[in-house]
Amino acid sequence: MSEITKKSLTETVDLIKKKEIKSEEVTNAYINNVKKGKKLNSFITESFDNALSKSKIFDAKPNYETLLPGVPLAVKDLFCTNGVRTTAGSKMLENFIPAYESTITTKLWSEGAFLLGKLNCDEYAMGSSNETSFFGNVINPVKENTVPGGSSGGSASALAADLTPATIGTDTGGSIRQPASFTGTVGLKPTYGLCSRWGIVAFASSLDQAGPMTKTVSDCALMLEAMSGFDPKDSTSIDRKKENYSKKLTKNIKGLKIGIPKEYRVEGMPNEIEELWEKGKKILKEEGAEIIDISLPHTEYALPTYYIVAPAEASSNLARYDGVKYGFRSSKGSNLIEMYENTRSEGFGDEVKRRILIGTYVLSSGYYDAYYIKAQKVRQLIKRDFDNVFTKVDAILTPSTPSAAFKIGEKKDDPISMYLNDIFTVPANLAGIPAVSVPVGHDKNNLPLGLQLIGKPLGEQTLLNLAFSMESKSNFKQDIIKWWEK
Amino acid sequence: MSIDKDKIKHTAKLARISIDKNKIESLSKDLSNIFNFIEKLSKINTDKVNPLTSILDHSLRTREDKVTDGGIRDKILENSPNKNEEFFIVPKVIE
Repeated sequence: MSEITKKSLTETVDLIKKKEIKSEEVTNAYINNVKKGKKLNSFITESFDNALSKSKIFDAKPNYETLLPGVPLAVKDLFCTNGVRTTAGSKMLENFIPAYESTITTKLWSEGAFLLGKLNCDEYAMGSSNETSFFGNVINPVKENTVPGGSSGGSASALAADLTPATIGTDTGGSIRQPASFTGTVGLKPTYGLCSRWGIVAFASSLDQAGPMTKTVSDCALMLEAMSGFDPKDSTSIDRKKENYSKKLTKNIKGLKIGIPKEYRVEGMPNEIEELWEKGKKILKEEGAEIIDISLPHTEYALPTYYIVAPAEASSNLARYDGVKYGFRSSKGSNLIEMYENTRSEGFGDEVKRRILIGTYVLSSGYYDAYYIKAQKVRQLIKRDFDNVFTKVDAILTPSTPSAAFKIGEKKDDPISMYLNDIFTVPANLAGIPAVSVPVGHDKNNLPLGLQLIGKPLGEQTLLNLAFSMESKSNFKQDIIKWWEK
Repeated sequence: MSIDKDKIKHTAKLARISIDKNKIESLSKDLSNIFNFIEKLSKINTDKVNPLTSILDHSLRTREDKVTDGGIRDKILENSPNKNEEFFIVPKVIE
């Protein structure tokens, strides 16, 4: 079973349940790949000993009644893991060892999975290329010298390179969907409140949502089923019955109405993306869905709104890093204030400092109404756009990103052009609605491209079904040559 | 809108971040560009729109005021960069 790491999560779970392969064999196969995959820099911390001992415990007394029996999983290093350092990709937390476990990872472990390692990400999840991490750039396995997207870049890279059978990321403005699109994988941002935020290093609390990143849509349904659900420890968690997404998954999408928003046809978008969008429309139509032209008139304001709301919340959330209770402390400074200032100056990277300054500025006296309140009002209008169209359609189809993966360093010195990466993904975060990126084709350089499906609040099942149908008809084939093993 | 050097210094003070003198210039340029981009919002009339403060239908839950956790002083102190057996240690505050 040398090709076990090529299999989907669902197939691996089936093989374990049928006793055709042992958890320890699966775990060893992935550990082997991680060891050979160092060039990708997708792991910050390896938990091989933990994974091996947990796999042996599983094999000695297997429980097949769980969703993820005996499966090793690497997770984004933004999820706190009890006793395993959690860095958020920052020097500030380089040596931080949580004394608690995030709700989501707790749920995954209670479904039979165990930790394989912690995955690289942009510092505090602020970035779209995984170039802001204190632990270095992550490389896209699809092509050398290319970014994997961000902020969940380590997650996307490790998944596409077969270093983990599935993974989880977080998505504040596109941080799951954009890297999924860049690496030819599936990534879903759930409805705000579906997955608990407890124990996740906070970036922008009204936008942050964790979600699955997987090789197939079936895997995505399985992971979402395992990680979602009510949590009394998160005051924004939605209290509702748990869904059986994987059991209900179907390719039957007959009669569903799919909106095509004209505002997502942006200037300078490559022809290939336009063609990909057409391909998606055609597939859904052939499968029995009805395609309807719609308008989301405030789309162009989503990104400017996001770049007020997200930094404002970040500046408040990151105020906690003061060098006192945990994390890095500067040795410079003669009094408390200087200690704070030097700690935060040396502990945070450039992009994080930039966003804290933007956030502090828009919340400061005299500017609060003009920027922050204004942005919250426009956010209301953006949400209303979606409320209006969802009286007419069941889901919306758009490209996931305005371009394919770009070269490392290409956009690093131009914040605005980097921010524009998230132009299609940010609206769903502002409106708190679910969205999934599905790989559908390649560009002329053979880089993968994804399409995004945006759904109604708690419409994850409909999105998964549409994605499942699109996946089965798109003939997308991931053809990665493992150049990093040479 | 331009974010000049004085505004950068003032905001950095509020955010408790010391900024390297050599970096103020480029930071001022970056932030000015970002604010020019953000300015787009002033084009929309929002006089009759309520700010969106939460996208959830329910208001934030409260819980009964009872202890659910605690007694983990040592665990909490473990991650501190400077502590003794009972306290976090910081530079002297009171002369």
